[in-house]
Amino acid sequence: MALLEVNNLKTSFYTRDGIVRAVDDVSFSIDRGETLGIVGESGSGKSVTCYSLLRLIPEPPGRIDGGTALYDGQDLLKMNEKALRAIRGKRISMIFQDPMTALNPYLRVSTQLVEAVRLHSDLDAKAAKKKAIAALEEVGIPEASRRVDSYPHEFSGGMRQRVMIAMALITEPDLLIADEPTTALDVTVQAQILDIIKQRQRQMGVAVILITHDLGVIAGVCDRVNVMYAGRVLESGPVDRVFYDPRHPYTRSLQKTIPSLQEKGEELYTIPGAPPDLSKPQLSCAFYPRCPYPKNGVPGDAPPNFVELDDGHAYAACTHCDSRAPIESVMAEQRGARADNREGA
Amino acid sequence: MSSSSPAASPSVDAAPTIAGAELEQGSSLWQDAWRRLRKNKLAVVSLGLFAFICVFCILGPFFSPYDSRAQDLFVGAEPPSWAHPFGTDTLGRDVMVRTMEGGRISLLVGVLATGVSLIIGIVYGATAGYLGGKTDAAMMRFVDALYALPFTIFVILLMVAFGRSLWLIFVAIGCVEWLTTARIVRSGVINMKKQEFVEAAVALGLGHSRIISRHLIPNVLGPVIVIATLTVPAVMLLEAFLSFLGLGVQPPNASWGVLIKEGQQDMEIFPWLLIFPALFFSVTLFCLNFIGDGLRDALDPKAAKD
Repeated sequence: MALLEVNNLKTSFYTRDGIVRAVDDVSFSIDRGETLGIVGESGSGKSVTCYSLLRLIPEPPGRIDGGTALYDGQDLLKMNEKALRAIRGKRISMIFQDPMTALNPYLRVSTQLVEAVRLHSDLDAKAAKKKAIAALEEVGIPEASRRVDSYPHEFSGGMRQRVMIAMALITEPDLLIADEPTTALDVTVQAQILDIIKQRQRQMGVAVILITHDLGVIAGVCDRVNVMYAGRVLESGPVDRVFYDPRHPYTRSLQKTIPSLQEKGEELYTIPGAPPDLSKPQLSCAFYPRCPYPKNGVPGDAPPNFVELDDGHAYAACTHCDSRAPIESVMAEQRGARADNREGA
Repeated sequence: MSSSSPAASPSVDAAPTIAGAELEQGSSLWQDAWRRLRKNKLAVVSLGLFAFICVFCILGPFFSPYDSRAQDLFVGAEPPSWAHPFGTDTLGRDVMVRTMEGGRISLLVGVLATGVSLIIGIVYGATAGYLGGKTDAAMMRFVDALYALPFTIFVILLMVAFGRSLWLIFVAIGCVEWLTTARIVRSGVINMKKQEFVEAAVALGLGHSRIISRHLIPNVLGPVIVIATLTVPAVMLLEAFLSFLGLGVQPPNASWGVLIKEGQQDMEIFPWLLIFPALFFSVTLFCLNFIGDGLRDALDPKAAKD
């Protein structure tokens, strides 16, 4: 049985400008010890999906409108606050994007780590501190027994993210949700942090949901991937399948944006246009307005039709695009249009 | 804080060259603030002077040969002399002892009433700010309504209604002085609760009361301390004002306000009755205000250039 099974999750924000459907009918599951990547542009609903699971969405204006999130047979979305608190941090931990702000600047690192331990176990203060030091050593913080009593501002960004990882894993959770854990970090540190997550995952057998907009990270670290756009999953499946045989035009466009896959000296590819306004009803294929292969008419607003291939590979099929067309011709067209613009200006 | 900082400050200076194994414990924001405060000469002098006045008033009466209530009608009002450095009042009581004991009460009122106001203000403000939404709106409109009341009249009404006890002064003054604290704490908490570390605390499984008490309130303590040092003189002034009106501390007890009131009645004939209590009172107020200013600069993270 899957460790976590999310079905038809819907989360909306009721703002003055209308109802923003940030997560619209998202389903996925994750097994023990598995790494699931969630990738997509900013505002595609990656983070909101995961925040909804632990009910960290600010309410109001946010509200979880429907769906289930079965964790060990219990529905996280319908659980009472007290039961949920016993799961937060204990069974499901989180790492946040910006390690600069995710630690309380006024408390020593030891205080914060010990708080996490003692909240979810009945260790005494001394044993908890020992555990905190061990946790810091495990994420590669040198002289952990001395550094544990430092304040967050005395650590560098990369070290702080290590502290966050230590704090998230100190309770030995089953599932770790990492919300863009490397985005705020130096490029040289990013790989180290991913290595640590990967290494700790192997040692502890914890499942990881990795939110990122870096496809390279997904390819290197994850077992399976969900490609999200406009609050929906457009394509999902094993990383190899999705990357070598992408079916949805959005996945293919995303792939084309990876700088290292492009020829040197070429202008980098960008997907034209911007993500849709989520407070408006979506087309059956939300990506259609930016689709590089549109054909025969505009899709309606029916829910997307999910086609399942073998190996758990699935995608939102759209009858209004020619998704097998070579993207290169589209890129050439785009470059031509850009050149025209420059001459015109 | 003050006891640990001398040991920690050398290591703070040595922090850039981290090779030294001296860095046992990192410098907290409080230690940084203390270091900055010590560079502010006016604040340091005020702190010293204020400490001296406190010690003088609290311990002084034990060493004085005179009892503040012992009258000597044959002596009457004498100008300052070696026997009575501050002179005596019209009933022959030693003004120095009376100034000390008046200071005790004034300082006590200042500290306790400020304490009352801080506790109410912090709890109320933090709750309103954390809960947000309609609860917050309702709670803060209540504060606005209280703000609109002329607060001295409110205190006077309380005193008239419930009699004139010293404890009631603490409560009455505390009850009107917490409004500013509540507003400041609320705005601080609202800013703080959007920060990721609060979200992280929720994700860690912490309950609301723990998040408020452990993660939010310590983070807004800086401005609260500044407010506290500025509230103490305000409260003392209010007490003096009430005593001046005859609603505060009752004879034979004395506060600086009472002494000033008594002194001003005969100030043309016996000026020392007014000068000494007034001097102590003003110097204390100045000191507290300078300390408050110094703390505000020291605790302002934007001023932390060094």
